Amino acid sequence: MKVYADNAATTMMSPAAMNVMIRCMEEDYGNPSSLYSIGQKAKETLELAREEVAAIINASPREIYFTSGGSEADNQALLTAAQIGKKKGKMHIISSAFEHHAILHTLKRLEKDGFEVTLLDVHEDGLVRTEELEAAIREDTCLVTIMYANNEIGTIQPIKEIGAICRAHQILFHTDAVQAVGHLPIDVEAENIDMLSASGHKFHGPKGAGFLYVKKGIPLTNLIEGGAQERGKRAGTENVPAIAAMTEALKEAVANLQANTDRLIAIRTRLIEGISEIPHAALNGDATKRLPGNVNFCFEGIEGESLLLLLDDKGISASSGSACTSGSLDPSHVLLAIGRVHDVAHGSLRLSMDAETTDEEVEYLIRSVKEVVEYLRGFSPIWRDLMTGKKEFIL
Amino acid sequence: MALYSEKVMDHFRNPRNVGIIEDANAVGEVGNAKCGDIMKMYMKIEDDIVKDVKFETFGCGSAIASSSMATELIKGQPLSEVAKLTNEAVAEALDGLPGYKMHCSVLAEEAIKSALDNYYENQA
Repeated sequence: MKVYADNAATTMMSPAAMNVMIRCMEEDYGNPSSLYSIGQKAKETLELAREEVAAIINASPREIYFTSGGSEADNQALLTAAQIGKKKGKMHIISSAFEHHAILHTLKRLEKDGFEVTLLDVHEDGLVRTEELEAAIREDTCLVTIMYANNEIGTIQPIKEIGAICRAHQILFHTDAVQAVGHLPIDVEAENIDMLSASGHKFHGPKGAGFLYVKKGIPLTNLIEGGAQERGKRAGTENVPAIAAMTEALKEAVANLQANTDRLIAIRTRLIEGISEIPHAALNGDATKRLPGNVNFCFEGIEGESLLLLLDDKGISASSGSACTSGSLDPSHVLLAIGRVHDVAHGSLRLSMDAETTDEEVEYLIRSVKEVVEYLRGFSPIWRDLMTGKKEFIL
Repeated sequence: MALYSEKVMDHFRNPRNVGIIEDANAVGEVGNAKCGDIMKMYMKIEDDIVKDVKFETFGCGSAIASSSMATELIKGQPLSEVAKLTNEAVAEALDGLPGYKMHCSVLAEEAIKSALDNYYENQA
């Protein structure tokens, strides 16, 4: 049996989106900047995509800038806000401790440029507290950037409340919504969002296409200089096939949002119930304020990479926050941010599900995880020490 | 291109000499849970020969494979040979490890050296 349970990493492309992509490559190969008809046809496809994306998040088409993906959008949003802040002498930014590295590494770069960064605690449940945000706001705060939903543990932040606080203090609010767009209903107007990043391949679109929503009146800073594409704010011939395909995938995701959410919550509930039967295992992040398809556990006494490799042998694709899978010595910064100690953070498993997953596959997943965890514990010296009382259980 | 060689995957999937030796006269443990790797080696040494060796490992695929291969390399060997075991030999026997995983072979060498130290302490 094959079960793809790593949809937070990337998703299988929607057949409808693939068809749009191929049609676009066949018919709309013109350069949207060219004046002849095939160029203008590509331009029409591009602008229709912009209108459709804008409508889905309740923005206007002129507020949508297509990018190569989420990381580019995050970088551009942060550098834009920093540029605006610097001009006003406001050099303080508020974010959270468990943002994606596209945010955290850009913040590091801004710190080198003289900005001060406050990272809000995300607590054991993986949620920021609005009162702590209020308390962190200073006279010189120019930006608040908090992710919509976390990519590892799926927790959904109180975005609307955060947006309202930022609006009241007249501070720009950006949200990295890469894991949320296409999976949660989003309304930038109602939620007081000034800038929002999204990535096509997280909702069954192609890789290499994303977008940045920027509220009217905010002057964008270019990352790429060149031609006048994207109203002069993002040079380079537009990736029309990928943009059109991303838009098709997004329309599809939004049309099926309620049905997908219901199905995913049923899958999530069963997975949490089944995996919780493993002794000394703990769910990471709030049990309900999380993405419908996200399940993330820590298991005591085992290491995540060996867990993933053995699951792979069983046809299961999943991910882990262990150091060995991150290529560094430290386990996931997300798990450390919610207070998991290194010892158990190394033994984590993320399952990010798709609504198409069958009940049979869900049961196979639960069975396989149980088998592999038990097998690895069977020759883990830590597990022996825990079981013989030489060491105390953490979970 | 797979992450690991076939040899590594074979030793990871079917680790040799897994378990503990109740009456071991040489036990070594290295690594720590914080870093995500712990290896524990148990040996039964008689007449300066490793009669039996077993291991327990908490760690990634290459840590488990390195432990397994290291036990194979020293089983039945005289202590004079065991003392010469290097991490490179372990990695080579596994048809190589990715660069950032070489520390797993180092841990295997250290676990064996630690067990040997324990043996000599017990003898003294």
